[in-house]
Amino acid sequence: MSTITFKTHQLTCHPDETLLDAMLRKNIDVPYNCKSGSCHTCLMRSSDQTPPVKAQEGLKPTQKQQNYFLACLCKPDQDMTITLPDAADKFITYGKVISKHPLSKDIIELKLECNNPLSFKAGQFVNLMKPDGVYRSYSIANTPNKNNIIEFHIRILPGGQFSEWIYNDLAIGDQIPITDAKGNCFYIPERQEQGLLLIGTGSGLAPLAGILMDALEQKHTGPIHLLHGSKNKEGLYRFNEMKSLAEQQQNFHYTACISGDTTPETYTRGRANEVALKKITDLKGWRVYLCGHPDMVEQTKKQAFLQGAAMQDIYADAFFLTPRS
Amino acid sequence: MSDSLFDKLGGEAAVDAAVDIFYRKVLTDSTINRFFDGVDMEKQAAKQKNFLTMAFGGPNNYTGEDMRKGHAHLVKQGLSDSHFDAVAGHLKSTLEELNVADNLINEVLAIAESTREDVLGR
Repeated sequence: MSTITFKTHQLTCHPDETLLDAMLRKNIDVPYNCKSGSCHTCLMRSSDQTPPVKAQEGLKPTQKQQNYFLACLCKPDQDMTITLPDAADKFITYGKVISKHPLSKDIIELKLECNNPLSFKAGQFVNLMKPDGVYRSYSIANTPNKNNIIEFHIRILPGGQFSEWIYNDLAIGDQIPITDAKGNCFYIPERQEQGLLLIGTGSGLAPLAGILMDALEQKHTGPIHLLHGSKNKEGLYRFNEMKSLAEQQQNFHYTACISGDTTPETYTRGRANEVALKKITDLKGWRVYLCGHPDMVEQTKKQAFLQGAAMQDIYADAFFLTPRS
Repeated sequence: MSDSLFDKLGGEAAVDAAVDIFYRKVLTDSTINRFFDGVDMEKQAAKQKNFLTMAFGGPNNYTGEDMRKGHAHLVKQGLSDSHFDAVAGHLKSTLEELNVADNLINEVLAIAESTREDVLGR
């Protein structure tokens, strides 16, 4: 018998009962559907224990690592504190602006120093909040470091109430509230001989650059292909840095793709996702990371799957824009 | 006491092995893939897994009513016997690819067949 803490509830889960059934028995309103581990509607997270192995069956490795589990498969073997998957939206630290500079015409790099250490994986995202309470999600572009510095690539959208505030009003030394890190699109050091295919458009390079650095730092042995796409050369920020990294690292390959009309030498013509899937036609056994425009992400997810990548091995982070109010 | 069909097939691991192969076949079949357009792939894959678990005789909560509701909008778009047959065909060839014994394949197909009238809303 174990005691489960959920929000203000404390409930007892009997040995032969799933956690979901125990919650329903207590009339606690939680989302669920199939009750057999397939639909993932009853996804939850333990904030203090590693959930039973059985309760994590079918989840992505990155979800398992963050102690996500399915309530309908979970027969707790110890006391646990649990939360709903998106309940962790709490601002937990402040970041002090330490640098802000343009990476391209419409993307700026923002570096914040956190006043409390933030636990994160490169490629995850946090919410940043401005003084009037408006907040937005941004991907972290660097790996955890002892200086507690996190880096973002922020696309300035014309009329975008958050990004324009960062561009115009945010000054060095200002403090911004930051939530804990979320998202399943990050590197884990398993099956290190796997090929990694990283495809990103625009500021989708941010999480991918973080994932890339993480994979290299953790000595990934398989080939790593990064394809970064933009309409024009100016959008392919960090071109020189990525190019020279590819020259130094034997297993890292970088392709800069331009979808517009002019393609200068050393750049590849075409959309990053299309170029990638033509370059690597058999994705069986590959791990695929997709970040950027939602249409690109959706389309490529499907195509990568059809070309042999397992659903479990496809990690995606679509950058949705917040509609203007 | 003999094992259930689900156990004979290899349980959850067998479903996991089958789901990607099966779903890939369904999505590449141009006679039926329009029915899957615009659906979130991961949610859809979870549904395929539910369906396979049921067809494999495994634990599930499928009811005829769910099948009806879940496919009603597709019936409006012209979902018919030929499409049902195509999906059943992909299920069969998936199991053949995984070297499942013929008698077990027939059992699985019989369970799938039992959903036909509900899926097609008749």
